Amino acid sequence: MAEVSVTEQERPDRDRADDAVIATRGLTKRYRGGQLAVDGLDLTVPAGSVFGFLGPNGSGKTTTIRMLMGLIEPTSGSARVLGLPMPRASRAVLPRVGALIEGPALYGFLSGRDNLLRYDAADPTADPRTRRERVAAALDRVGLAAAGGKKAKAYSLGMKQRLGLAAALLQPRRLLVLDEPTNGLDPQGMREIRSLVRELASDGTTVFLSSHLLDEIEQVCTHAAVMAQGRLITQGAVADLAAGARGRLVVTTPDAGEAARVLKEQGAADVVVDGDRVTAEPPERDLAEVNAALVAARVRVRGFGLERASLEDAFVALTGEGFDVAG
Amino acid sequence: MSRADVRGEPVGESEGAAPSAVPEPGTARAPGPLWSLGLLRSELLTTFRRWRTLALLGVLAAVPVLVGIAVKIETSDGSPVGGGGGGGQGPAFISQVSNNGLFLVFTALAATLPFFLPMAIGVVAGDAIAGESSAGTLRYLLVAPAGRSRLLLTKYATVIAFCLAATLVVVVSALAVGALLFPVGDLITISGTRITYAEGLGRALLIALVVAASLVGIAALGLFVSTLTGSGIAAMATTVGLLITVQILDQIPQLDALQPYFFSHYWLSFADVMREPVYWDDLVKNLGLQALYAAVFGSAAWARFTTKDITA
Repeated sequence: MAEVSVTEQERPDRDRADDAVIATRGLTKRYRGGQLAVDGLDLTVPAGSVFGFLGPNGSGKTTTIRMLMGLIEPTSGSARVLGLPMPRASRAVLPRVGALIEGPALYGFLSGRDNLLRYDAADPTADPRTRRERVAAALDRVGLAAAGGKKAKAYSLGMKQRLGLAAALLQPRRLLVLDEPTNGLDPQGMREIRSLVRELASDGTTVFLSSHLLDEIEQVCTHAAVMAQGRLITQGAVADLAAGARGRLVVTTPDAGEAARVLKEQGAADVVVDGDRVTAEPPERDLAEVNAALVAARVRVRGFGLERASLEDAFVALTGEGFDVAG
Repeated sequence: MSRADVRGEPVGESEGAAPSAVPEPGTARAPGPLWSLGLLRSELLTTFRRWRTLALLGVLAAVPVLVGIAVKIETSDGSPVGGGGGGGQGPAFISQVSNNGLFLVFTALAATLPFFLPMAIGVVAGDAIAGESSAGTLRYLLVAPAGRSRLLLTKYATVIAFCLAATLVVVVSALAVGALLFPVGDLITISGTRITYAEGLGRALLIALVVAASLVGIAALGLFVSTLTGSGIAAMATTVGLLITVQILDQIPQLDALQPYFFSHYWLSFADVMREPVYWDDLVKNLGLQALYAAVFGSAAWARFTTKDITA
C-alpha cells in the first residue's frame, strides 16, 4: 500500500525528509538466531504529530523503538532521529528525547523521587542545580507529587507507569517515545495520560506512541503506522487510514429478509442478515433513495445509518487478520 | 571533544523542523566538565544504599569480631594461639594478636582476603551491569543518555570504591575490636624489629590499600562477566565461581607454571609490608598482575558493552 503523505499536502514548500522527526530508510534488524525482527522499514514521523505505532505483539515495534533509541544496532539501513543519524549521534539526540520503553524500570529500593534523581544524573545535559525542582515538577505533572517519597517497590503498576512517564518529562523534549504508556492504568489514569499526551503535543512536542489499543490511537493520534511481521504495512494520517476502509450501511428492521432483497436490488454488495440487523457495503447512489426504496417496499425501518469505519476495520482490511494475532 | 563541538550545529539545523512557536526545548545545555562526577556520585549513592551492599559490609565487619573473640577465649588461660606456628598459607599474625590488638587487623585481612572480600567484590561487580540489565534500568540510563563507555567507567570506579570501602570496613572493625579486647602499643615486625604503634597504624593503612588494590583484578573480571549476561544473579554466581576455581587451582602443585598468572596468587604478599625493610618483590608482582587483569578484562568489558544490543 502506498504511503499517505499528509505533510506534503499540507506544507508543499518543505522537503519531507527535513520535516521528519524520525526517518528510517530500509531499517532492518536480524537477530543472531536468524530471526528477522524488522524488515526494510521506511518510517517517517512528521514533526508536531502524535504518531501512533500499531501492530500485534511480536511485529517488531519494540525492536524498532530500540533501534531508534540507539540500544540496538541495525543490521542494515539507517535511522535518523531529530535529523541526526542514530545510534552515532546518541549523545546529541537523546537528551532531547524522552522515552518510555517496554514499561517502566525502577530501582525498587529507592523512592520515586530518588529514581528520578538518578535518571536525571545520567543525562549529561541536565543541570544539577535545577535537578530537584525539575524532578518535583515531573512528579507533579504525572500526579505522583504525594507519593514521591515512597519506595518504588511499593508502587502499583499504574504508579510505576506514571513514574516512568515522569522520567521522560524531566527535561523539555522535542520528541517523546512512549511504548504502551497506558499499560496497567485504570480508566481514569488512561484518560489522564491521554490528556497529558495531548497537552504535550499542543506544546509542539512530537509524540511517538506505540499501542495495541486501537481506540487509544484513534483518540489521540494524528498519524499512524501499522506493522505486521516486521514490515511496515501502511503509514499516514489517521483519518486517511480509516477512510481507506469503507463504512457499512446498517439497517435495523423486523423485516430483515425483505430489506436484504431491496438492498441488493439497490446495488448494495456483501449483504449480511443478522437477526433484525442487515448490514451491507453501501451502494454508490444517494442513501436517502435507498431508504426511500426500503420504505416503498413496505419494509418497517427502525434504524438506518452508516457505521463509520474504525481503525480496527482498517487494520483488519490491511492485515487480513485479527489484531491480537501474534506475527 | 569533537562530539561536544558537533552538538551545537545540528540543533540549529533541525530547528527549522520544529513548530515555530516552541521555545526550542532541549537546546541542550552543554554538559559541565564535572558531569561524570555527578553520575559517579549517583552510582555510589545507589550502590551503597542497596541492602545487599550493606549486608556484605556487615558480614565483613563481623569477621574481625569473631576472630577477636575466638582469640580472646583461646588465650584467656594464658596459652598462645595455635602453638605460634601458623605453618600453612596464612602469615603467622594470629599468634601475635593477644600481645597487640593491631595484629588483629592483619589477621582479619588474612582471613577475609582469600574468600570473603573477593566474594563481596564479585557480587557487586557481577551485578554492576547485569543487575541494571535484568531490572531494565540499564536501558533508561543509556537513553538518558549516560553513554556506554562512561557508564562502564563509572561502574568500574564504583566497584573499586567498594573494594576500598570493604577493606576499610574490615580494618576499622579489627582496629576497634583489637583495641577493645587486647593491649595495644609498640609492635614487633615479622623481621623481629620493633616499631611504634603510630608506625604500625601507618603500615596497617598501607596494607589496607594494598589489599584493596589486590581486588582490582577480580573487580575487572566481574565487570566483564557482568557485560556478558542479562542476569545479575548469573553474573554474581559466575564471578564467585571463578574465584573459587582459581583459589583451588592455586593449591594444585602441578599447575605451578600457571599459578603466577592467577589473580589471587600474590594476594597474601601484603604481609611483606610488615617486614623490616619492606620486601617489595611480591607486592610489586601482585600490583602488576592486578593492573594486567584490569587492563585485559576492562578492555574486554568495554569491547563487549559498547557493541552489545540492549534487549532487556
